[in-house]
Amino acid sequence: MVGIVSYGVYIPRWRIKTEEIAKVWDQDADRFKEGLLVEEKSVPSLDEDTVTLAVEAARNALNRSPEVNAKEIGALYVGSESHPYAVKPTATIVAEAIDATPSLTAADMEFACKAGTAGLQACMGLVKAEYVKYGMAIGADTAQAQPSDALEYTAAAGAAAYIIGRDSVIADIEGTYSTTQDVPDFWRREGEGYPQHGGRFTGEPAYFTQVVNCTRGLMERLGTKPKDYDYAVFHQPNGKFPLRAAQILGFDKEKVMPGLIVTKIGNTYSGASLLGLASVLDQAKQGDRILVTSYGSGAGSDSFSIVVTNLIEEKRDLAPSTEFYINRKEYIDYAHYSKFKRQLRGFVN
Amino acid sequence: MTMYGVPSHWRRYKERYRLSGTRCETCGNIYFPPRKVCPHCRREGKPVSMNFSGKGKVYTFSVIRVPSEGFEAYAPYVIGLIQLEEGPKVTTQIVDCSPEEVYIDMPVEVCFRKLREQGKEGIICYGFKFKPTTDAILKK
Amino acid sequence: MSNDLGTLKKSDVAIVGVGITPFGEHWDKGLRELVIEAGFAAASEAGVRGRDIDLMLVGNMSGGMFAGQEHVAALVADFLGLNPTPAVRVEAACASGGVALRQGYLAIASGLNNLVLVGGVEKMTDVGGGWATSVLSGAMDFEWEAYFGATFPGIYSMIARRYMHEYGLTRDQLAKVAVKNHYHGSFNPFAHYRNRITVDDVINSSPVADPLRLLDCSPISDGAACVLLTSAENAKKYTDTPIIIKACEQASGTLTLFDRRDICTIDATIDAANKAYLNSHISPRDVDLLEVHDCFTIAEILALEDLGFCEKGQAGKMYDEGQTYVGATLPVNTDGGLKAAGHPVGATGVKQIVELVKQLRGEAEKGRQVSGAEIGLAQNVGGSGATAVVTILERGD
Repeated sequence: MVGIVSYGVYIPRWRIKTEEIAKVWDQDADRFKEGLLVEEKSVPSLDEDTVTLAVEAARNALNRSPEVNAKEIGALYVGSESHPYAVKPTATIVAEAIDATPSLTAADMEFACKAGTAGLQACMGLVKAEYVKYGMAIGADTAQAQPSDALEYTAAAGAAAYIIGRDSVIADIEGTYSTTQDVPDFWRREGEGYPQHGGRFTGEPAYFTQVVNCTRGLMERLGTKPKDYDYAVFHQPNGKFPLRAAQILGFDKEKVMPGLIVTKIGNTYSGASLLGLASVLDQAKQGDRILVTSYGSGAGSDSFSIVVTNLIEEKRDLAPSTEFYINRKEYIDYAHYSKFKRQLRGFVN
Repeated sequence: MTMYGVPSHWRRYKERYRLSGTRCETCGNIYFPPRKVCPHCRREGKPVSMNFSGKGKVYTFSVIRVPSEGFEAYAPYVIGLIQLEEGPKVTTQIVDCSPEEVYIDMPVEVCFRKLREQGKEGIICYGFKFKPTTDAILKK
Repeated sequence: MSNDLGTLKKSDVAIVGVGITPFGEHWDKGLRELVIEAGFAAASEAGVRGRDIDLMLVGNMSGGMFAGQEHVAALVADFLGLNPTPAVRVEAACASGGVALRQGYLAIASGLNNLVLVGGVEKMTDVGGGWATSVLSGAMDFEWEAYFGATFPGIYSMIARRYMHEYGLTRDQLAKVAVKNHYHGSFNPFAHYRNRITVDDVINSSPVADPLRLLDCSPISDGAACVLLTSAENAKKYTDTPIIIKACEQASGTLTLFDRRDICTIDATIDAANKAYLNSHISPRDVDLLEVHDCFTIAEILALEDLGFCEKGQAGKMYDEGQTYVGATLPVNTDGGLKAAGHPVGATGVKQIVELVKQLRGEAEKGRQVSGAEIGLAQNVGGSGATAVVTILERGD
């Protein structure tokens, strides 16, 4: 069966608190913290971008699976909505950096926040068809938000990489299911620096419709019920949405909390649901069943049903945990945030 | 300096991305950056490519406050000589810690960062920098 | 020793004329005006006509990057009115001047040339500070040092930090190098800086590359210097006080700092000095004064040790004891050194020779003349130590 051979994560070191952003715009921080359940978010350094985040996560995934030779990775996909180049694939740079070149297929994925799981499915297909021995799927973003937009409280940076294969898996993927519809809830036009969104329109008609229908579709196909799952991970643009989705679907809050890391690092976009899954894999035991549903604006969802194997124990500590990166942090003020995000006018390089 | 062309960056990707050097099979000496001629054995030398583990210690360092062109935004930044565990030293930036935290013999490990950019329109040059080790952070 | 010039050379080489411009910010002068000024001064001293000069050498690090001008030697020969005399530019970063001198020395010693004008020049202030820092960083390994954000002050500050770690050199001792050089510079009308400074001034100046501060660093200067060389036997035709080049030796080390055997030692200086002592039969205790390459305060500390004037790790103490002042046991950088006199990189190696010649002739200004000086030694370094030139001069009368 196709499964997860390894995973690796990366979160930049800098954090900015909700209060610090609210102060600049004279807004009520408590209102945003209650509304979004986000206390602080990660911010990349000046010398970090989606490529560097993806490479760090990929290297952690390789470190966690010593049996995988990078040259055996036959497919590499990087999902992001902040690829540093409009034309010139992030995946090529990542493949070169991890020494997977030249015998592989590689491409960048874009599907708002679910581009990472889209790559995961592509890898599953290639592995299952035995076109490649291993596939690597990465979700990575250094998310952009217009200053003073509500998105500014959550748009964060992080990455998660997964190696998909048939042997030595730490978790089997029992099944996957997707939904896709044309819903303009969130977009960024070519050449624009910041995304636009439909405010409350991003909720019921977009996020909830896709996440709920997709999750139900997967469970119907597999004949599973919420009670069959030990953990549930939903795309987490904020803390409220995944908890509400769990409630609608009938998952207990306790099954969601271990994978709910948006409260500590913000919305890492393409990295979000995959980082949530990594956080669960950091603590899951053999036999645990995990439900993952991503969401990408535009709109669509990918759901996965995953069962942990006994190999998790021996591989888990071979690379830093999600918690390590969550706790490794330094706070910055809004002035430095503006510098790191290159928001200052006339800023050199 | 934006004047240097794309090929000059590209031909060093392997060494800058993956921190690779050469080992001379004749004398066993290890070199960074890679050398086509072993200075020790010269014609008798047999240099072969090798990858470093990426672990090392700070041998010495400085905090650059007056940078060259292209590094203005990063200043102040820490530049150091890292003694790699295989022996050779490299010049690199030390990131993910404040200048005050760096000390001689500090254990560090390699990471992947942007080194420089050819302006907003040009290519982005990536490569190695060093950061405090995961173990050292966990101990703290 | 296969390259022992003592056995190969046909004639001894003498310096019969020197000329120099003031060092500093010459807003109204370009590279060509600077060389003309120094070149005419040197030739006039010796009463030489342009047509008598049969080779022109120009030490220049980067006319191209600082002033957009390559082909500097031909330009200089043209504007000095020397055509069709062959003119050659010599480049070895901050040792360009010293290496140019050595090429002139070889030309006379070999017997192939009779009268050689050796110039050094740099026009640095036409560009901004960031660009100047970038250009100078070309003297290190661009692809493996500068590319990663290393600057020249950064490279030397890494040496300083390691040296302090290994030998216990103090911040105050380092500062005293600059204090002494500014004191000497205060007597030199050609110095870029003639103000006297204190240890507090140095350690409170703005940080450039920790632990080095602004007053640890030589400035960015414009300037030119020239010397006129001929054989010792012809020297008296031009001057009553010829100065003999007893040795002019050069050595190479690794371009990168990280490849050095020991970053607190410049092996190229040791190698060049050993050859110079051997060929001249002069030892450090015979030397009356030194011109060393203090591009940064730490460089002067290394120079004294590598040239054999004290044990490794001990140079700092000489500064506590004031031993390197004019009037003390070992006067070092009597013109203010690179720190106070200024550092137009291509000119520096020639300027050091101009200063030693003035000293040996007894023509230096009051306050900095070393009384009875007979033997002087100059050390010129390129990059962080990839090139070193050591020259020993002696009065020829």
